[in-house]
Amino acid sequence: MFANLDLQKLLFGRLTLEAIPYHEPILLVTFIGVAIGGVAVLGLITYMRWWGPLWRDWFTSVDHKKIGIMYVVLALVMLLRGFSDALLMRSQQAIAFGANEGYLPPHHYDQIFTAHGVIMIFFVAMPLVTGLMNFVVPLQIGARDVAFPFLNNFSFWMTVSGAVTIMASLFVGEFARTGWLAYPPLSGPAGSPGVGVDYYIWGLQIAGIGTLLSGINLIATIVKMRAPGMTMMKMPIFTWTSLCTNILIVAAFPILTAVLALLSLDRYVGTHFFSNDLGGNPMMYVNLIWIWGHPEVYILILPAFGVFSEIVSTFSGKRLFGYASMVYATVVITILSYLVWLHHFFTMGSGASVNSFFGITTMIISIPTGAKLFNWLFTMYKGRIRFDVPMLWAIGFMVTFTIGGMTGVLLAVPPADFVLHNSLFLIAHFHNVIIGGVLFGMLAGITYWFPKAFGYQLDPFWGKMSFWFWLVGFYFAFMPLYVLGLMGVTRRVQHFDDPSLQIWFIIAAFGAVLIALGILAFIIQLVVSFMRREELRDVTGDPWGGRTLEWSTSSPPPDYNFAFTPVIHDHDAWSDMKRRGYARPLKDFRPIHMPKNTGTGMILGILSIGFSFGMIWYIWWLAALTFIAMAVVTIGHTFNYNRDFHIPADTVVGTEAARTRLLERRV
Amino acid sequence: MSAASQSAHVADHEEDVKGHGDQSGHGSFKGYVTGFVLSIILTAIPFWLVMGDVLGNDRLTGLVIMGFAVMQIVVHMVYFLHMNTKSEGGWTILALIFTLTLVVITLTGSVWVMYHLNTNMMPMTPASLHQHAH
Repeated sequence: MFANLDLQKLLFGRLTLEAIPYHEPILLVTFIGVAIGGVAVLGLITYMRWWGPLWRDWFTSVDHKKIGIMYVVLALVMLLRGFSDALLMRSQQAIAFGANEGYLPPHHYDQIFTAHGVIMIFFVAMPLVTGLMNFVVPLQIGARDVAFPFLNNFSFWMTVSGAVTIMASLFVGEFARTGWLAYPPLSGPAGSPGVGVDYYIWGLQIAGIGTLLSGINLIATIVKMRAPGMTMMKMPIFTWTSLCTNILIVAAFPILTAVLALLSLDRYVGTHFFSNDLGGNPMMYVNLIWIWGHPEVYILILPAFGVFSEIVSTFSGKRLFGYASMVYATVVITILSYLVWLHHFFTMGSGASVNSFFGITTMIISIPTGAKLFNWLFTMYKGRIRFDVPMLWAIGFMVTFTIGGMTGVLLAVPPADFVLHNSLFLIAHFHNVIIGGVLFGMLAGITYWFPKAFGYQLDPFWGKMSFWFWLVGFYFAFMPLYVLGLMGVTRRVQHFDDPSLQIWFIIAAFGAVLIALGILAFIIQLVVSFMRREELRDVTGDPWGGRTLEWSTSSPPPDYNFAFTPVIHDHDAWSDMKRRGYARPLKDFRPIHMPKNTGTGMILGILSIGFSFGMIWYIWWLAALTFIAMAVVTIGHTFNYNRDFHIPADTVVGTEAARTRLLERRV
Repeated sequence: MSAASQSAHVADHEEDVKGHGDQSGHGSFKGYVTGFVLSIILTAIPFWLVMGDVLGNDRLTGLVIMGFAVMQIVVHMVYFLHMNTKSEGGWTILALIFTLTLVVITLTGSVWVMYHLNTNMMPMTPASLHQHAH
């Protein structure tokens, strides 16, 4: 039995030295760059003796504020990777005409556009959304943490593990060459025999666990932990949109998990769910993945709508126009988002009744979104508008998103979609709504809540630079794609023959450079603001004249958020409290019951990286070992009864007294 | 939800971080027995229908069994999962309705979509070629 047992196969599965892409100069240089950068960062952390504080105060933290910040940091790091992919694609397409083959061979180009899509959606947009919700929601509803603090930490580390798995494909093996949704039969065992699709599957499955659990966590938090008096119709709009987003997550992500599991079965054990023969049907994959995929679009955009609602009302100095209609529009979008998925494959070959049904539902879903836009405009009407950086993002969003929404309605017309399907028009459309909607929303949210998180505001000059480069860069980068799409140019093309198209790609590449400057300005903004933090310090805790509860506490908030749970009488609770002449409680503080930090989440995250690596490379002993280890650690953690502690009343008195002194000194 | 029950929840939460906050009823002995007996009956009848070939029609038997399966689901939810319109201030029933809506949309939608799969496609099989010829 053991005669023909191959020791190398047993130990390393299909992983060989050949899998390290040292023969690809671009990857080699990238790897050297990453290695040098990584060693520098690790060296700095060691030299500054930051390992202890990092572990104690951040990695093991169950504090929703710190976890939220870590999510945003993860997203910004991954943004750099995803955007590098975008620059590579834009420069390739700008030069690869006629005799010029460009510098990216097709097999590499295909990996890049797949990685760009996967990273931007799953590891930039999702962590930004989850991070912002994590940070803001408990503060907005007057809670001290989320409902399940350990689960929150665990969710974060699962997301990180997914990101690490995807990033590992850059230097060990390859990534999928299938496009960001990995349609079979191309992603099946015959179409993609390599490890690329397996990296895709396991990266997303692991991150998906994190997303799903954090969705459950935030729903429980919003439903059960609102401050007394905050009825559903008194919740801030951002909390409302977060609730709906998390409901969408909990309802939709299991579909993604299931469909990827079926694809794994096709790839690992030779089933025929999505093959072309033996009763399989690839269109079933497309159907199922879009039942997840369309709600996913709204998972991303709803929190952005919430951010803009908060910002527009704060910077117009007015209560939000049409609060109830805003809530109903959000809820209607939540339901309708499940009724439009087929518009992603109108060209499948289905009949007129199916296509017209989904065309009409798609047009209907634009109505509540339009209602929201009018609400924001009417909020601004006769308001005393302050054009701070978050408000600039909000106005840039309203213009850009409206254009993107209208091209979306164009695509909702099935006959038009037959022409525009998979063309660059589609690419321009969804970048129009994702950049103009989600990304602008998240950058606005980061600027808006940054002082709450760190105690100082972001430097407005570099914020404005970032905004204008992003806005102008976006139009330069994507308006040419609309033109090209109308001319019939399809997506995912590595080389063109028709020289008359080149000028549009050059304009688009110029736009990408402008966006790069926007990202650079954002990073400079972070550095400059840190250097000038004493001048930009927010002492009051309420730098913008905010209206919701998070602005009633100090910046940054104490570990326990609120010394006493506030009682809510009206929506825009903080603005109501200010109007009534609310006085901070100064005595009778009590010990505060808090959850304890734990390293279990990070340990499980690291083990899951080992598990996915074993599964991807067929290193079965590693997969089995890490899986058992995960089970043991998980069960072991349930026996950990040492989970909570009390912040002594004296500490609370000290913290609150320090804030009192700070506030008095300012007056 | 009234402000009073809200603050009660907050208080509960404060005290029950350690143990798990046990609020909604976990059912009674009588409830469990009722559920148990009902589910046995609802399992036995389909068995009898199949074993004795009572209805004499396979398709009809299948449909009836599915009907019993739905009743079985309801019994489990009411007696074992304590689903009612009041628990957690109506949130559980709301979540159930939402879930059912989405499951129905997903299943019927998928069936409809996949049934329509090839309506506008070129005929491929000999049978469909024959059909299109007429």
